[in-house]
Amino acid sequence: MAGATARHMLKEAAAQAWQVPANEITAIAGVLKHEASGKSAGYGEMASAAAGLEVPEEVTLKSISDFSIIGTTGKNVDGKKIVTGQPLFGLDVQREGMLIAGLVHPPAFGQRLKSFDAEKAKSMPGIKDVFSIKLYDDDYKKMAFHFTAFNEVVVVVGESTWQVFEAKKAINAEWEDNPERTEVTSMFGNDMTATYPAGMENSEVHTAKLKEMIARNAKVSRKDGNPEKAFKEAAKVIERSYSCPFLAHNTMEPMNFFANVTEDHAELLGPTQTPEWMEVAVAERLGLPLEKVDIQMTRQGGGFGRRLYGHFMVEAAAISQRMKAPIKLVYAREDDMSQGIYRPAYYATYRAALDADNNLIGFHVKAGGIPESPLFANRFPAGAIDNYLAEDFTVDSNITTGAFRAPRSNFIAGAEQSFLDELAEEMGKDPIDFRLELLKRAQENPVGSPESNDYDASRYAGVLELVREKANWGQDQPGVHRGVSAYFCHQSYVAQVLDVVMDGNKPVVDKVTAAIDCGIVVNPGAAANLSEGGAVDGIGHAMYSQLTFNEGSAEQNNFDRYRLIRHSEAPKSIETHFVESDVDPTGMGEPPFPPIMGALANALYKATGQRHYHQPFVTNLKPIVG
Amino acid sequence: MATFNLKINGKSHEVDVDPSTPMLWVLRDHLQMVGTKYGCGIAQCGACTVHLDNNAVRACQLPVSSVGDQEITTIEGLSEHGDHPVQKAWLEVDVPQCGYCQAGQIMSASALLKRNPNPSDEEIEAAMNGNICRCGTYVRIKKAIKMASNGELT
Ligand code: FES
Ligand code: FES
Repeated sequence: MAGATARHMLKEAAAQAWQVPANEITAIAGVLKHEASGKSAGYGEMASAAAGLEVPEEVTLKSISDFSIIGTTGKNVDGKKIVTGQPLFGLDVQREGMLIAGLVHPPAFGQRLKSFDAEKAKSMPGIKDVFSIKLYDDDYKKMAFHFTAFNEVVVVVGESTWQVFEAKKAINAEWEDNPERTEVTSMFGNDMTATYPAGMENSEVHTAKLKEMIARNAKVSRKDGNPEKAFKEAAKVIERSYSCPFLAHNTMEPMNFFANVTEDHAELLGPTQTPEWMEVAVAERLGLPLEKVDIQMTRQGGGFGRRLYGHFMVEAAAISQRMKAPIKLVYAREDDMSQGIYRPAYYATYRAALDADNNLIGFHVKAGGIPESPLFANRFPAGAIDNYLAEDFTVDSNITTGAFRAPRSNFIAGAEQSFLDELAEEMGKDPIDFRLELLKRAQENPVGSPESNDYDASRYAGVLELVREKANWGQDQPGVHRGVSAYFCHQSYVAQVLDVVMDGNKPVVDKVTAAIDCGIVVNPGAAANLSEGGAVDGIGHAMYSQLTFNEGSAEQNNFDRYRLIRHSEAPKSIETHFVESDVDPTGMGEPPFPPIMGALANALYKATGQRHYHQPFVTNLKPIVG
Repeated sequence: MATFNLKINGKSHEVDVDPSTPMLWVLRDHLQMVGTKYGCGIAQCGACTVHLDNNAVRACQLPVSSVGDQEITTIEGLSEHGDHPVQKAWLEVDVPQCGYCQAGQIMSASALLKRNPNPSDEEIEAAMNGNICRCGTYVRIKKAIKMASNGELT
């Protein structure tokens, strides 16, 4: 839209300058041209004249067939700088006189700082100061993105990162238990209340609590027909439960931020996903008016949702203000992983009622999580089954959680798609045919009003049909075990077929074939890269990753114990096919990530005969390095 | 503190640091060469990979005092104009997503190709397993390594 407006104004400016009709001027690849008179000019030459014109209220958008940039592959704009190691990221920021700051936070969620002894650390080489900072006043009403589990932390400031990291080990701190706390934060103008219980939490207790909740009645989020009756009259009921652990974002670049705060101005520079939301908190903390706070962004070494939450920016600003010097706050990997805003832990139980002829007559999903529910009550297969019940629940926790690549979908997709696979098998149906039958029902005669279902059944079916064709589904190859999955989230539809082959008794992911409908594909090369990355990332997290807690502390705080997928575990090849579409473009960062977990579980079952219900599918792995 | 004379990317550099300081931080904080990245500090992620006399090593676990007169090559010195075959292949395949891990990936890959110009898939996986990419670019990395090893690029 902005592009179309600018183009219109440039043409107007040229038309006035050349005294020719604006509709005879073309604007292609930065050049304005009037064919008949032979006049031409670069956009730059007309820019200031154009800027003086009135902004039109309505402009004609290019038609899809005239797109010259959209639909062509543009490579990573920073590619050359990345492969030659030029400074780009927050951690690369260097300034004259800049000091390095590091933090020591309570070792466990549920604790806070009581006292600390800084003498030894202060005497270490290169150390400038050691002190504690409070982030927010108790009565400050935060936005959801401002929060932190640790409002007071010990800060070490020194000349170099290594000196600061070493001095942190010499801090002797005492911690005390937090009381239970309720906090109201605002999120896009709505108030949200969260309760943070007292005490130090354990993963075993978390699991027990989720199982206890799943056995009880929960909040009904959607009910169609008479599910109770369907289950009562069923000839057979299939029930399966699924779970996943907390996950740390583990962006390869740990949290960090540069701040230079003077009497009347604050300059912040670094990797963040939410500069405009964090600005408010920084200004409040510093006691500066909003317009005196300037936040600039660097390239980010990964976000995945973690850098929506910018407590580290407030920390950096507060430290610089106190030191009266430019500082760069650097989280060690251990800080980053043990002070996260994690992906919540989730649990879901699915039940299906079949009649004597193996027809699906009822469907029930009950899901919950710590501290939020993963349920999307109105997504598929809602709308495709007459008797349908969706319930959910939550369990409070003092462990901080937040958005992680495709929030909630990143669990519920895999659970649902694994269950549908098992259901299809039970009903003696091909898993793609079974899904297409349900989608046909949702399309032709949806249960509930058409608006009550949060998906477009024909586009959903479209990706399944495309993946069936492209993966040659149904033409079995000896030794290749296949699983399929499809999901809709962030406004895009993704279907994936995953092939597993056995290497001795070890299953290996050989190939992924993906079919995606994300509307108009803006940058096919970059979109394919995201499809590949999403698949690898999803396989890795479902297979290997987990963050567990003991007495409130994360039991994994670096990559020796926290397993991320590695080269030898990635698929050998990934193929991506896009549905041709003239619908407005939709998300690509998230949608390929959730469904692959179902395709993986379903293929592993074919390969080994074993169903996987609980992530990560593989535990007790030795570190692959060292 | 002690003075060390280091040979990095064909030039000599003098630094005055604690002998236990890892080369990673000598490069980043003392020599302002920030291409070598910090990811874990415990030799698990590969983000800090440099060449020490042609071998890929993790700079976060390489104390400056152990370097001696061995030659260090970092991503900044891999080629003069960013035209090492591995760098060219990386751009051709458009490997990077966020890009943060890629300097380390490239240094591991270029060391591999130096000692084994035609690695098999298994050899690539074994040599690259120490380099984590959270963005999941592994499939493209393998493709780029093969492209560089085949001499497909001019
Ligand atoms: S920072 Fe050296 S291997 Fe991770
Ligand atoms: S490209 Fe982002 S971590 Fe590898």
